[in-house]
Amino acid sequence: MPKIDLHQHPPYFYADYKSSHSRGPNQDPIDFSCLTALNPSEVVAEFAGGLRNRFTVGDLDHDLIRNAQQGGIPLGERMVISGQVLNQWGKPESGVLIEVWQANASGRYAHKDDGHDVPLDPNFIGVGRCITDKEGRYRFYTIKPGAYPWKNHPNAWRPQHIHFSLISASIADRLVTQMYFPGDPLLDYDPIFNAVPDSAKEHLISTFDLSVTEADFALGYHFDIVLAGANATPVDPEHG
Amino acid sequence: MEPDLPLTPSQTAGPFFSMGLNQSENEGRLASPLGNEITGEGEAISIAGRVIDGNGDPVPDALIEIRQADALGNFRNPDFFGLARSHTGENLEAKFSFRTIKPGAATELEAPYISVAVYMRGLLTHVYTRLYFSDESSANEKDALLSQVPETRQHTLIAQHDESQGIYEFDIHMQGKNETVFFQL
Repeated sequence: MPKIDLHQHPPYFYADYKSSHSRGPNQDPIDFSCLTALNPSEVVAEFAGGLRNRFTVGDLDHDLIRNAQQGGIPLGERMVISGQVLNQWGKPESGVLIEVWQANASGRYAHKDDGHDVPLDPNFIGVGRCITDKEGRYRFYTIKPGAYPWKNHPNAWRPQHIHFSLISASIADRLVTQMYFPGDPLLDYDPIFNAVPDSAKEHLISTFDLSVTEADFALGYHFDIVLAGANATPVDPEHG
Repeated sequence: MEPDLPLTPSQTAGPFFSMGLNQSENEGRLASPLGNEITGEGEAISIAGRVIDGNGDPVPDALIEIRQADALGNFRNPDFFGLARSHTGENLEAKFSFRTIKPGAATELEAPYISVAVYMRGLLTHVYTRLYFSDESSANEKDALLSQVPETRQHTLIAQHDESQGIYEFDIHMQGKNETVFFQL
């Protein structure tokens, strides 16, 4: 069982992110490797595989522009996001369930608790899913989400972002994250983004990609995602 | 072996994850393929609990995911899918709940358990814990992982069987005197 490198992830407590104060654990997690040492060959729930290719999605689930239309087209800037899901050994992760959710172009979620005073879009829910193909690739069509204010500190605004959740082979691979956009001036002021170690921040920002852009239809962004690959055998350079 | 690629960092699930990750949102449109029931042969059980924050308040917007073996302790049974999720915003008590079967112990060195992951606003990286069963005390005593946990904290990992209601109660405390034990994988 390879150890998951927590240093790449943000900490449980981050002073500038208020709700982490009462919700992040205070005590250090207990290192699982004590179990590995005692019981190296056995399968445990956290590292047990078998979760790939266990879900099905609908034909339009990956297309947020069309999957909630009610007789009209959603407002906003159309975009395509595509990328590859890999593990930390560089191997593609196929059969991964990717679930996304986001605000609409005005910066409001289709959620009962979102009270931001901008319109809902009757033709857009902002929820999508897809399964990665044999090469670990995925593609979503959507509307660029708007920025929106939140209550963390005075005049706080979340940068434009899309939430991603990925389920690959085992729950040790689980990732819930957010994808951001290049050049967003709000990133500098966002405690959720800034809680990430500096060296890792770039991995949360998509890149504009003209080769992904579809002429006369939608702007293209590229976003690759690297999971732990807890069940993958590391590639040994000495022995292939 | 050093890995070749840095991991994509985690970010909080935020306050609105339920629209994407919960089955009963959006008036049934775009329903999540993952619900709060696990089906299979074995003893049917229910699990319910709350997530308590550092102020002692129940968290009404937490997502709980569980992974478990089948009744024989097998994770490789192709006919059994031991993964489910529930969120605490579906009732006024802010309780998550699961209907599943009681897992078997995978080896002689382990007690039956369910692996639990917690996601929510305020948690930048999700946490892992485990649920053991109060009516398995002799198996719990010899469990390879549970015995690595300081004795004073072991109770945070043991779901209490309420026989009158047929439910295993399992509260998760994020902070405080009874802070639940979390694991780094």
